[in-house]
Amino acid sequence: MQNLDSKIPAGPLAEKWSKHKAAIRVVSPANKRKLEVIVVGTGLGGASAAASLAELGYNVKAFCYQDSPRRAHSIAAQGGINAAKNYQNDNDSVYRLFYDTIKGGDYRAREANVYRLAEVSPNIIDQCVAQGVPFAREYGGLLDNRSFGGVLVSRTFYARGQTGQQLLLGAYQALNRQIAKGNVKMYTRHEMLDVVLIGGKARGIIARDLITGEIKRFGAHAVVVATGGYGNVFFLSTNAMGSNGSAAWQCYRKGAMFANPCFVQIHPTCIPVHGDQQSKLTLMSESLRNDGRVWVPKKKEDAQKLREGKIGPNDIAEEDRDFYLERRYPSYGNLVPRDVASRAAKERCDAGYGVNSEGKAVYLDFKYAIERLGRNVIEERYGNLFQMYEKITDQDPYKVPMQIYPAIHYSMGGTWVDYNLMTTVQGLYSIGEANFSDHGANRLGASALMQGLADGYFILPYTIGDYLAGEIMTPKTDINAPEFVEAEKKVTERIEKLFHIKGTKTVDYYHKKLGNIMWDFVGMSRNEEGLKKAIVMIRELREEFWKDVKVPGELNNLNPELEKAGRLADFFDIGELMALDALDRNESCGGHFREESVTEDGEALRNDEKYTYVSVWEHQGEGKEPVLHKEPLIFENIKLSQRSYK
Amino acid sequence: MADKILKKLYIEVWRQNNAKAKGKFETYTIENISTGTSFLEMLDILNNDLIEKGVDPIAFDHDCREGICGTCSLYINGRPHGPDSAVTTCQLHMRKFKDGDTITIEPWRAKAFPVIKDLVVNRSAFEQILQAGGFVSVNTGGVPDGNAILISHEDAEESMDAASCIGCGACVAACKNSSAMLFVSAKVSHLAKLPQGKVEAKARARNMVAKMDELGFGGCTNTQACEAECPKSISISNIARLNREYLSARFSE
Repeated sequence: MQNLDSKIPAGPLAEKWSKHKAAIRVVSPANKRKLEVIVVGTGLGGASAAASLAELGYNVKAFCYQDSPRRAHSIAAQGGINAAKNYQNDNDSVYRLFYDTIKGGDYRAREANVYRLAEVSPNIIDQCVAQGVPFAREYGGLLDNRSFGGVLVSRTFYARGQTGQQLLLGAYQALNRQIAKGNVKMYTRHEMLDVVLIGGKARGIIARDLITGEIKRFGAHAVVVATGGYGNVFFLSTNAMGSNGSAAWQCYRKGAMFANPCFVQIHPTCIPVHGDQQSKLTLMSESLRNDGRVWVPKKKEDAQKLREGKIGPNDIAEEDRDFYLERRYPSYGNLVPRDVASRAAKERCDAGYGVNSEGKAVYLDFKYAIERLGRNVIEERYGNLFQMYEKITDQDPYKVPMQIYPAIHYSMGGTWVDYNLMTTVQGLYSIGEANFSDHGANRLGASALMQGLADGYFILPYTIGDYLAGEIMTPKTDINAPEFVEAEKKVTERIEKLFHIKGTKTVDYYHKKLGNIMWDFVGMSRNEEGLKKAIVMIRELREEFWKDVKVPGELNNLNPELEKAGRLADFFDIGELMALDALDRNESCGGHFREESVTEDGEALRNDEKYTYVSVWEHQGEGKEPVLHKEPLIFENIKLSQRSYK
Repeated sequence: MADKILKKLYIEVWRQNNAKAKGKFETYTIENISTGTSFLEMLDILNNDLIEKGVDPIAFDHDCREGICGTCSLYINGRPHGPDSAVTTCQLHMRKFKDGDTITIEPWRAKAFPVIKDLVVNRSAFEQILQAGGFVSVNTGGVPDGNAILISHEDAEESMDAASCIGCGACVAACKNSSAMLFVSAKVSHLAKLPQGKVEAKARARNMVAKMDELGFGGCTNTQACEAECPKSISISNIARLNREYLSARFSE
């Protein structure tokens, strides 16, 4: 078994990061010039890391599958970014942000990592402002804040409903500056297909040039994976079409253990599924729950009439509306965390109160906010989201309440990393959504942007120095080493194998089938029987896929179907591991809801005695059962309690 | 919101196997498309049909499918991003079309955006323009507190309007001169409206315009086609601001 040392520094929580920074090594400017770092992925984590490392003097090679780093899916994050600035004088603090994040994550994240995240959060806002991110401002010129789910203070900074876009453009600008200076060599339309280890250390990657199909080798002294989450295992999700888990999965196959794969977030406010021709789901920002009220009819007969299109939502009298979040959770109301809001919506719809033709939608109503604040205020806050909604549904949300339903959104699980963000492979790092470290079993809104940028700007640039200080005598990696030759050969063989199956069914056919299995049995509600069934079904489907998939086009040309086939092949394996992990964890926590573990009033029931650990899975080779290791979670500062938002 | 079914559509689409190959239009038929389906979902369905028939599917760029990443392009019935206003192609829905329609789909046509395959073009010229100066020269760390820089609500909003550009290239595709002025001016305005970006505003305008000219984009003749077709409704008033910055940079040389 490999080393599972989390390397959490000793000492009081608030001093751990400072002490650690003081203790770790730094690399001299002259030596940084000799060292190379590969960064895969250019979202908030990857772009900020690549730019910051290049500014420090390292030679960086950055990769993305898109045609520009700016198109990474961080761009789509809407609502905002949290930071413990306490600008609103509402008694916010680093400790409160830390506490909210641990509690929001249902006590399944590491205290030390989360505290550090909260500690560096104010720096992120300063950095972004300096880059020219146009955050919303008050009339006096100061930064504005809004509230988000699961918290009682206003600490979320935002740029309309396009905060991710603006933060990514800030990091992209910094990256462009380093590309222009020659400190970053940018490879767009390149997809990582393997990580190469020499002597147990990450020394480079194999990537496919998506335009020419050429398989290329790239060497470095360290590799950083910032490739996001694996939500597309469900086929329908809020992720971009190209978002995938393959880079993280290649690391897993090479020995980087995978943590908490069953922790995925189901976002409560997405535009509901319509028909069977849909390719993806669109999120409506959580920030909308600041001003929108969630409801379904109180009477089943009203719900029935709504489903049949006989009446509209505005026909339902005030007293016949069930504002179920306000009813069940009076202190947090519409701003309960995502997992709670999602389950409550599902509960109402399953009970027969769903409002669209498929019975799988609830209302998010802005009538009350418009009455209170005026239409122009709502327009300024959420204009782009309302426009987006109207274009998709052909309905005007200023007049008719939005219809929303939960959808897969974010992966809390990911590659296991220690306090330095290093995986169980030496010299291989994982940052942002790709790692598992900060969100426990449920991520709070506006915390993904915070984590991606914290990792990329302020954590990795320090911690990677500690490793690279030991590599200053290591010469430039030889990409003709046998390990590279072997890795390239395996990658080529796999691509050719997929391409030459020449079966009868398309990649999408299999992806949709896998997605249905995942949603039905490894989705919002899970139980032992269903999970066992899912594992068998996934294995059967994978076998069929490898016999009967049809990949058209050419190997040596732009071939989107070939790209999709490779990613889907990995999604089968990821889906299987998610089910195995969900089966092991017989408790309900955060986004992971086991039907066997509920309170008397149907709320999720954690089992701290048995499951206060990180599930860390180790690959044993193709076709072999992975081994589960447990990293115990030790809470020295926070007392575990059953989460309540009542 | 009741969706209808479009029984039959004729899709006339540009096929070109690679940058060097000669391209041509091919016409395909597609049946039973719901009006609630997005345009790109329609193409997904068509592609699955083509694959099953043994025809190479149509390559097109797309990713987020919610109008923000700027990946999707497509010149549909003579308009960038098709016949709806203020949307990207991925947000265009089939309710904008009628049963029996012929829909013509081409790639962005511009010298600076060569075709890679079918409907996919190379937009790396945009990258190069931004690398020439589309940033604020600050390193990570050592910056002042976010509230130390006061910015009026109006300036922040105006900056945000310009910063909404998604870099899709519709402005270039819409322009008879293939000018990138709207794209360049959006970045210049976004930063010039903020005190943080003012310091380098002149050099930024000069360097970005020089790079744009070098890469083969045409000049602006104020036809306003770019603004009309921009999926994010970026205003051509940004071009006026760019011209001011640029002229002032030239005068101060």
